[in-house]
Amino acid sequence: MAQIEVRGLRKSFRVPLRSSGPFGALMDLVHRRTRTVEALKGITFEIEAGQIVGCIGPNGAGKSTAIKIIAGIMNPDGGEATVLGRTPWADRKAHVRHIGVVFGQRTQLWWDLPVIDSFALLREIYDLPRRDYDETLADVVERFHLAEVLDSPVRQLSLGLRMRCDLAAALLHRPSILFLDEPTIGLDAVSKLALREAIRDWSTERGVTVLLTTHDMDDIERLCRRVLLIADGSLLLDGAVDDLRRMSSARRTLMIDLAADVADVDLEGAELVRREGDRLWLEYDPEQVATHELIARAAAACPIRDLTVADRPIEEVVAQVYRDTP
Amino acid sequence: MRPYLAVLRTRCRLLLQYRAAAAAGLATQVAWGFLRLMILEAFYRAGGPAPMTLSQVSAYVWLGQAFLAMFPWNVDADVRDQVRTGSVAYELARPIDLYSLWFARALAMRTAPTLLRSVPLLTAALLLFGMPGPASAASLMWFAASMLLALLLACALTVILTASALWTISGDGASRLLAAVALSLSGNIAPLALLPDWLGRAVVLLPFSGIVDLPFRLYSGNIPPENAWLVLLHQSLWTVALVALGRGMVNRGMRRLTVMGG
Amino acid sequence: MIRSVRRYARIYGRLVAASVRSQWQYRASFALYSASQLVATLAEFGAIWALFARFGSLPGWRLPEVAVLYGISNVAFALAEAGARGFDVFPGMVRTGDFDRLLLRPLPTAFQLAAHEVQIMRVGRLVQGSAILAWGCMGLGIEWDATRVSLVGLCVVGGACIFAGLFVLQATLAFWTIESLEVVNIVTYGGNQMAQYPLTIYRPWFRLFFTVAVPLAAINTVPMAALLSRPELSGLPAPLTWLAPCVGGPFLAACLLVWKLGERRYASTGS
Repeated sequence: MAQIEVRGLRKSFRVPLRSSGPFGALMDLVHRRTRTVEALKGITFEIEAGQIVGCIGPNGAGKSTAIKIIAGIMNPDGGEATVLGRTPWADRKAHVRHIGVVFGQRTQLWWDLPVIDSFALLREIYDLPRRDYDETLADVVERFHLAEVLDSPVRQLSLGLRMRCDLAAALLHRPSILFLDEPTIGLDAVSKLALREAIRDWSTERGVTVLLTTHDMDDIERLCRRVLLIADGSLLLDGAVDDLRRMSSARRTLMIDLAADVADVDLEGAELVRREGDRLWLEYDPEQVATHELIARAAAACPIRDLTVADRPIEEVVAQVYRDTP
Repeated sequence: MRPYLAVLRTRCRLLLQYRAAAAAGLATQVAWGFLRLMILEAFYRAGGPAPMTLSQVSAYVWLGQAFLAMFPWNVDADVRDQVRTGSVAYELARPIDLYSLWFARALAMRTAPTLLRSVPLLTAALLLFGMPGPASAASLMWFAASMLLALLLACALTVILTASALWTISGDGASRLLAAVALSLSGNIAPLALLPDWLGRAVVLLPFSGIVDLPFRLYSGNIPPENAWLVLLHQSLWTVALVALGRGMVNRGMRRLTVMGG
Repeated sequence: MIRSVRRYARIYGRLVAASVRSQWQYRASFALYSASQLVATLAEFGAIWALFARFGSLPGWRLPEVAVLYGISNVAFALAEAGARGFDVFPGMVRTGDFDRLLLRPLPTAFQLAAHEVQIMRVGRLVQGSAILAWGCMGLGIEWDATRVSLVGLCVVGGACIFAGLFVLQATLAFWTIESLEVVNIVTYGGNQMAQYPLTIYRPWFRLFFTVAVPLAAINTVPMAALLSRPELSGLPAPLTWLAPCVGGPFLAACLLVWKLGERRYASTGS
């Protein structure tokens, strides 16, 4: 049995409509008008133990609703979910003992207290045996390089350090599943790398399942073999990162640096999408024109100093998919 | 004058949006009014001479509830946050007088909720809760004039509360203390005339009575119209003094802040 | 059972200690805030004293008796304010989503909110209320014995439960709306103001409300009937008047049940 099983999960919300005009507020008090928004229209997937799965989708498309339901803090209207053999929302307190959650935007640490004090409070809250706690603490401190910051108040930490501390805090009770909500938001490049490394190592070595939401496609490419794309309340894609690329189109980009200035470059089978000085970007479909063929045509058409062929950046692919969903 | 008027107008519009909150506030004020009135009525049942009639007390209590939002009990939160984050230094780069700007903001902050609450509350109190009307046309006129001065006095105090944030980095502790003192001595808890005579006479001289106690007593005729000029003089003198004090505080405070480098 | 009670007590202690340590870093603000609360409450009692000085008496009541009521209500309110502060900030937590964090911990949410932040700056009202209570008790001119002393203690605890229950109810409303919560101040702050005077001075409808709906009479005239041996104050059989403040317990429990309902609603609406 898979660790997380979700079948036909549905959830809709009633959003109040506000009347305008001078008596609008009064009218709303008398008669509330609402509009029903379907946040999830029946979503089904399974996640095996130890996988790192990325969950992407436009804002308000339903991914945070899905995560909230699986994390046990929201009831669905219909459908089933089994996480570690339990229905998450049926017994919240038993369920949350086995999951860890990190919100990128908000810390769960006590703002004015030293980091180690927050950890000690979490030990009490999760009722962890001393030996287990000491062992896990030693492990996270070493792995995430936290030894020096343990005695600093959380408010004095840089965002990158704070996120590592938050991650450590979410792992102290050794959860089997880790939910990460935009963990790298606002981090600098070095901090991002450090955090990703921490997540990946912990997952592989301890067999922890990770489900993360993000808007950073780098997170997905570096961490996840598998992606869930949720848009408009439906699961649009459940597959590998490459499937995502294939989804919008298989178009590729040919970037050419010209050796001499040429007024116009027109190649059959390719479309000029951008030009900056003597650098050109051309898009083409490899199904219709082979890459070597196109390069040969380019070499014949203009003097070339250098060229690169690249997949379309995944950001653009995703943006395309978001645009295409209503 | 133009920029300050624009600030005033937009702030008022913003504050008027929270109508549901205003309705809730209205209900709360009415309940408080009844509570205060019932307590004072109980004391009047003991008989004995009092310097105010029960009907004057009723007018006093309802006016107090109606104009509660005008009282300088809190600071301008936006300005306080600007001071805390240091972004207040940017205000110096604009071609406006900071004190006037803060005063205009205070005026909006005191006027909009007061208008919103006082009109319905006074209507209800006069028609339903047995609040007596003004003692005479002259009393009403002097009351109105005195309320305008009371508003200016309240704004001058609000700016002083706000400016105190330029000195204390410890949040709004100092301004809360100031507001608590002001509220206690204004006549908001009990009419100052009902205090023991020696105490009442001293407290009335302070500026705070000019926001609550004095104008309300003009309304009910407890202070007769022929003595109204004394009230207006008291309010005017204190307003001038507090504006000067506030201006000094803002100037010194900003100088201190810029020397420290924001 | 006993183990879990001990565990909860320990967690509560640790969380409160953490909250106090956090606040201690802002000592100056704490001192000023306590001072302002002291000024406000002193002025409040000063007004009571002044009215007694002006009018001689409140029909049927002497100043020390009112002081006892004032002290009980204020100490109870200060305790509830300190203990239920988390419920006070709760509407904000719903708005920012911080409440989700509490749901993700293996503890009841009401418990976490109670331990969320114990405001030491409420100490101003506590100190002043205790002082007035002690002063009033000494001026009553009654024979103090163990039962009478414990009755006063019971009143304080019962009152704290009632006020805490009201804070919980106010927070529960935030599951439905966050716009008009101010109305509840009528029974919280208003209730405290009301209970500072004997209930008998108010109009009948008002007395009825604070006897039946919000049972503040149970820490006001009813126990005073027992304390002052004036059975006409309550109209209840004497043994009941001694136990009246215990009503606070069931009241708080009922409020927590309503809280549970709100929490269930939150789980299905997410707002």
